[in-house]
Amino acid sequence: MTAEPGGLGVGASPRRKEDARFLHGRGRFVADITRPGMLEVAFLRSPIAHARLLAVTKPAGQEKRVFTIADLDGIGTIRANSALPGFRVSEQPALAKDKVRHVGEAIAACVAESRAAAEDLAAICVLDYEALPAVSDMRTACSPTAPLLHESWSMNAFLETRRDDDVSGLDAIAAAKVTRTLRTSRQCMAPIEGRGVLAEWDPRLEQMIVTTSTQMPHVTKSGLADCLGLDEGQVRIVSPDVGGGFGYKGILLPEEIVCASLAIRLGRPVRWLEDRFEQLTAANCREHHYVITAWADRAGKLLGVECDAIVDAGAYSSYPFGACLEAAQIGSILPGPYILPLLRCHTVSACTNKPPILPYRGVARTGVCYAMETTLDALARQLGIMPQAIRLANLVPATAMPYRNLVGKVFDSGDYPESLRRAVAAIDVDKIRARQAAGETVGFGLATFCEQGAHGTSVYHAWGIPFVPGFEQAYARLAPDGVLELRVGVHSHGQGLETTLAQVAHEILGIHPDQVRVVHGDTALTPYSTGTWGSRAMVMAGGAVAEACRQLAERVAAIGAALMQVSGADVRVADGKVQRTDTDGFVTIADVARTWYRTPQNLPPGVNKGGLEVTAGYRPDPDTGTHSYACHAVVARVDTETGAVVLEDYVVVEDGGKLVNPMIVDGQVMGGLAQGIGTALYEEMPYDTEGQPLAATLADYLLPGTTDVPDVRLDHMETLSPWTTFGQKGIGESGAIGPPAAIVNAINDALAGLGAEVMDLPASPSRVLAAIQAARAVKA
Amino acid sequence: MKPAVFSYARPKSWSDAVKLVASGARAGAGTQSLGPLLNLRLAQPDMIADLRHLPDYAGVVVSGGVLRIGAGTTHAAIEDGAVPGRTGEIMAGVARRIAYRPVRNRGTIGGSLAHADPAADWVAVLPALGGTAIALGLRGERRVPLAGFVTGIFETALASDELLRAVEVPTLPAGVRWGHWKFCRKVGEFSKVTACVLSVPGTAPRAVLAALDRPPLVIEDASALLDDTEAEAARIVSAFPELGEWRRAVAQTALRKAVAAVKQP
Repeated sequence: MTAEPGGLGVGASPRRKEDARFLHGRGRFVADITRPGMLEVAFLRSPIAHARLLAVTKPAGQEKRVFTIADLDGIGTIRANSALPGFRVSEQPALAKDKVRHVGEAIAACVAESRAAAEDLAAICVLDYEALPAVSDMRTACSPTAPLLHESWSMNAFLETRRDDDVSGLDAIAAAKVTRTLRTSRQCMAPIEGRGVLAEWDPRLEQMIVTTSTQMPHVTKSGLADCLGLDEGQVRIVSPDVGGGFGYKGILLPEEIVCASLAIRLGRPVRWLEDRFEQLTAANCREHHYVITAWADRAGKLLGVECDAIVDAGAYSSYPFGACLEAAQIGSILPGPYILPLLRCHTVSACTNKPPILPYRGVARTGVCYAMETTLDALARQLGIMPQAIRLANLVPATAMPYRNLVGKVFDSGDYPESLRRAVAAIDVDKIRARQAAGETVGFGLATFCEQGAHGTSVYHAWGIPFVPGFEQAYARLAPDGVLELRVGVHSHGQGLETTLAQVAHEILGIHPDQVRVVHGDTALTPYSTGTWGSRAMVMAGGAVAEACRQLAERVAAIGAALMQVSGADVRVADGKVQRTDTDGFVTIADVARTWYRTPQNLPPGVNKGGLEVTAGYRPDPDTGTHSYACHAVVARVDTETGAVVLEDYVVVEDGGKLVNPMIVDGQVMGGLAQGIGTALYEEMPYDTEGQPLAATLADYLLPGTTDVPDVRLDHMETLSPWTTFGQKGIGESGAIGPPAAIVNAINDALAGLGAEVMDLPASPSRVLAAIQAARAVKA
Repeated sequence: MKPAVFSYARPKSWSDAVKLVASGARAGAGTQSLGPLLNLRLAQPDMIADLRHLPDYAGVVVSGGVLRIGAGTTHAAIEDGAVPGRTGEIMAGVARRIAYRPVRNRGTIGGSLAHADPAADWVAVLPALGGTAIALGLRGERRVPLAGFVTGIFETALASDELLRAVEVPTLPAGVRWGHWKFCRKVGEFSKVTACVLSVPGTAPRAVLAALDRPPLVIEDASALLDDTEAEAARIVSAFPELGEWRRAVAQTALRKAVAAVKQP
């Protein structure tokens, strides 16, 4: 890292420290790591969505290389409980037991010297099962005639939630009312690196060491210890370089449990690398169905919203976030950045014969934002007002901050209307109207939303998930040569934390980021943390690193002052030095470190015996979360012959509070945006009525490529959060939230002249063309 | 997703290659389609005969109004101008939009044609250009018209003991009009429908409608399509009742667009 014109501390954009390693191919991912004597695992997976498992016949002579649940006695099932009333707990065995509940569920583990040989074994195992009718549609999953996935349950639902404001009087007073039935597709998160697990038993330490591609090594450690019946000291999780998480790696894996158990049993290291077929059938996300009604007055001011929502949560509740992270949040996210007086909302987390859902970047917000923002545009069309007008009529104004909305969410700071005004001003809307008047099917769409990030104990305790985040800790140590070592329990897998946390340290201590080593991804080396998720790392770990560095600065100052024979009140720590405030005199932090470690005879009496290493904790107060927010504005052109959509222009006005590294924030927004475009236009994992996945290769499951993402114009506002160390806000997911809403609003604006409207995601060519043809049929 | 065990042979002569194929080996060229099929274990051949080291496997020879293109000529070579003249110009335009450059660097015209994926570009385009596939078997070379070479989904006129040696296409005059339109949802994706129209002065225009989950539909005399495009496109597409509404609509659009390109002044 070289000195940049903008400095190196908080708010500067130095290049990423980790990039030299990645760009030169020196990153180390699970698939790069081998051990002597290592065996490879291939899983025999269920070819059928719902069946009673009768027998697995192992290949003759190879019985000792194939393991079913019966061979792994003593390992526990995965149970992701919730404290929400009425939650039904699923028992997920690490390998199928008695039943299979989705295509791709692991039934047996086959081990061999190579993955290919392990796959050979899996191919000749014989499954004997009794097929059961599959539950493939969340809308009928809860009907009394539906076969039960979990037979002790009364219905196929993990949870139902209700909020029952009285909206019955709104018909009489509203100037406009719209009802829409909307659907988002079932998606697969697709990090470039899939999952991978390498498990080995260390007989000296009596410790299970699992190298795994995870976002949350410490949570995995606790979950794994629990399932294996080991104490927490007997499990060490190493999460090396990880090629993208997005929520897909925020889970305790059945494969982790199986590989660890096999490594113990076989006395040899065991590795499993997920392939793309496994990835596309292992976990899903985001399948929402809404029937939503909204009422507004003549000016567009919202009077109330009623929403009936179902989320297809799949067959099991994943650990630790559970099966209802999406559906149960719909009611609390629906008001979005708006002032909403009344909300009636019913949600169901349906249980179906599909892979479990996981929280995917944006979590419930992408679907909820889509429902709310397209409904607002429908209201605007009915009222004959512009989409920006209806939003301005309802956005929480800056003067109301901090603002507590009707569901109790507290927005910390911001000027939501200003972000909208800036986004609209960046687009020549008059020109689009003129093109529309000339017959072009081009349209303009908006989405405004806020993103709660780094929400902590006060929010999650009500959920009662297995891991309620508390205080975040960071460890800081000055080495004898003055190098600063930071250890954090969060994990960086694209967020650039090795750089931004070094910037935070630089901000406090003035040590050059090149002299700051950020250690993460190893439970043996780092403080316990719930990990990297929920747009929390920069707020939580950033705050903890700042606090640890502050405490370290105090100790350094005391020693430095003594070395200069002045009072501690007459020095300050800056630029990597302890400086006298009255003269130019200084000693470097490296001088102080050398004194502590090598010439302790020179230390002053009464020196802090804790030395130059500090573990400090941090939590914002209040910890209800930061709210970054954004307005996305899109110009889209629709080809009415094919239904194809071209994004002509894309503007994002984003407020992430203090941007610790604006360049990295831009990257976060852009990356999220590409995924949001995938949600809007491409990605779809359909299942047939038998519960068979129909997009099991990347030729069928379309991901946006670089050429499918337009040049986005990014604009930042920086309204500080009053509650965080530097005023920073969580911003990791924002880019993935807005695109479906903004893009479909643009499409629907383009199609308004034809009387057509797209309701379902993705807005694929066939769906767009079908909407156009349906409108033509109505007109005819 | 690792292939089942197979043995690998690298024949040095065409006669060796033919013997291997006749004995059941699967021919491999750029393996851009075969590779994924092996990994998915949808193909589990006992042996793969790697053709890439055969003499004259790649390259273009011009003689007597005919361009003989070696089956191993890569899409990238064609994109970069390996085929001369107006024919080369047309083919380069097609090659440029096959998948992605890394695929084009390895994928070959013969491999793509012999694999006979209905959505593949050369499967659609070569019948429109006219010409001949050169099959090589134990009894020597056999000539098969390109218009009838692909006979089904992943099926061709090649006998089980034959290899595709080369394709021959005519050197087209400069005045030829060419229309080619395909629909991909994203760059690099397989086509959802492809239409081609070739109009050589003095002869009837030829059209192909392809990538519709069947072998290409070759219309040797497409005069009617050029004369009354709207009605004729609808008539042609009505022969694909198995397709969904969107696919049929886009197929008509494809024909219209290809005709429009041919008629463009």
